[in-house]
Amino acid sequence: MRTWPYKVDTRVSPYLYISPFFLLFAIFGLFPLVYTAYVSLFDWSLLADEHPFIGLDNYVALFKDSYFWNALFNTVSILILSTVPQLIISLVLAHLINRQLRAKTLWRLGMLLPNVTSVVAVAVIFSQLFGRDFGVINWALEGLGFGRINWQAGVASSHIAISVMIIWQWSGYNALIFLAAMQAVPRELYESARLDGATEAQQLRQITIPAIRPTIIFVVIVSTIYGLQIFAQPQLFAGSGPLGITGGTDRQFQTLTLYLYEHGFNRGFEFGYASAVAWVMFGIIVIFAVLNYRLIRRIRQS
Amino acid sequence: MKRKLLYLTLIAVLFFSAFPLWFSFVVSTKDSSALADVSLIPGKNLVDNVKRVFDTVPFDLALLNSLIVALSVTTSVVLFSTLAGFAFAKLQFRARTALLVTVIGTMMVPTQLGIIPLFILMTKLEWHDTLPAVIAPALVNAFGVFFMTQYLTEALPSELLEAGRMDGATTHRLFWHVVLPVARPAMAVLGMLTFLGSWNDYLWPLVVLASPENQTVQVALSQLRAGYVTDYALALTGTMLATIPLILVFGALGKQLVGGIMQGAIKG
Repeated sequence: MRTWPYKVDTRVSPYLYISPFFLLFAIFGLFPLVYTAYVSLFDWSLLADEHPFIGLDNYVALFKDSYFWNALFNTVSILILSTVPQLIISLVLAHLINRQLRAKTLWRLGMLLPNVTSVVAVAVIFSQLFGRDFGVINWALEGLGFGRINWQAGVASSHIAISVMIIWQWSGYNALIFLAAMQAVPRELYESARLDGATEAQQLRQITIPAIRPTIIFVVIVSTIYGLQIFAQPQLFAGSGPLGITGGTDRQFQTLTLYLYEHGFNRGFEFGYASAVAWVMFGIIVIFAVLNYRLIRRIRQS
Repeated sequence: MKRKLLYLTLIAVLFFSAFPLWFSFVVSTKDSSALADVSLIPGKNLVDNVKRVFDTVPFDLALLNSLIVALSVTTSVVLFSTLAGFAFAKLQFRARTALLVTVIGTMMVPTQLGIIPLFILMTKLEWHDTLPAVIAPALVNAFGVFFMTQYLTEALPSELLEAGRMDGATTHRLFWHVVLPVARPAMAVLGMLTFLGSWNDYLWPLVVLASPENQTVQVALSQLRAGYVTDYALALTGTMLATIPLILVFGALGKQLVGGIMQGAIKG
């Protein structure tokens, strides 16, 4: 009964169906990333015809550049200032809505609303809110009896402003991801905890968090990968002109991706050097992902 | 009492979510010289500000470009993800598990870091400063494949496929007549998520599109926020023009979107 066309069909079709993904991902995703390592070994400017091989010179120059270390510091600082509060807010929000509620959909929609807004829109909106002269936040601070803050000027203040943009945009989204995981935790666990007199905070710490650990690991790693590549928020915080590229007058909020963008697309298209930046960033991302994974696994054991 | 506190907290969360957007809308209705006055009541300058946006950047073209990009990307991602998801969920082939693990692994690859070679590639293909340069790298994504695999594993009854096989249907026929009807709700959600992601993409279009008439909405928006002294009435009017359509769609289909995001989550 089963003839050769049937056999060919069942053997070949699966590969045919998955091949568009792998093919296109290889060409436009994986190849560029790997080729970055190759380009980083050359003095490769888009404006020059010759691209001489220079070995690791780009990396040597990079590690000697204090602006690179500055960008690394800013990136990690913004990463921590945004990820830690975001994680706490998301977990608490998810815990709050993981129960019988009136208008269930309304709360979920409200939490997702900021995430529908584009990164560019968020950056423009919050640049206005954090504005020195006409910003609502300074207006509120003044009303409460505090002084106005020039948010862009300081290292800490600018990092806080940029982190707030990230927290606002992603806390609700991550809360929904956590909520999905929390719904798989057996209800009886909470009921017996309540009978034992456990508070909400204790339930969250002792039941929920251990139970949804894989999801927490996933969210933290994804947030880290995203956070280490922050671009639009700092670029637009200072306006999309030259100040945006350097991340403020004193580079006080220039991130690594901005540094890459500055060298790759604004200063004679130094592709070799910018590729070295990208490859170092890749290394940093891997290190952070592994560190985070280890850190969270340890929390489980203790 | 405790219940009341809970709802008050949730109302506060709702306020923090919506306030920045409402405030931006209010600013977009004001005269740019009247920004010093912080009030939450809309002004009368909206139409005037909209005109200024179109005078400053070719915003109509930008909207059109973004629509072309987002629709092409969405069609491609949904089609290829459904095909691959079907194969991973219900077909037998060698190295299936290993390949699926590879897909999940690629979800974590920071492809944004490949922009330099991608730029070189687009220059070689002579696609630089054209929409295909923005569309091509986004034609597939690992999340889509993972999402459809998860959905079809649960939602597509294997018996249905078996019955089709008995009747002599080819895999191709099964895909069109059995898989697609079942996959439709998940395809809609994936489509929305992909459309949003594509519409909101910024760094790569900024780098590869040079001429003002080829820019996407996000790049055009960024141009309105130029310089140290920004005309916020102008910049936020542009922002609202680009955001309000998304919020309207969100109002209509948000419930499905929430469901989809929760479905795509890795569960404890």
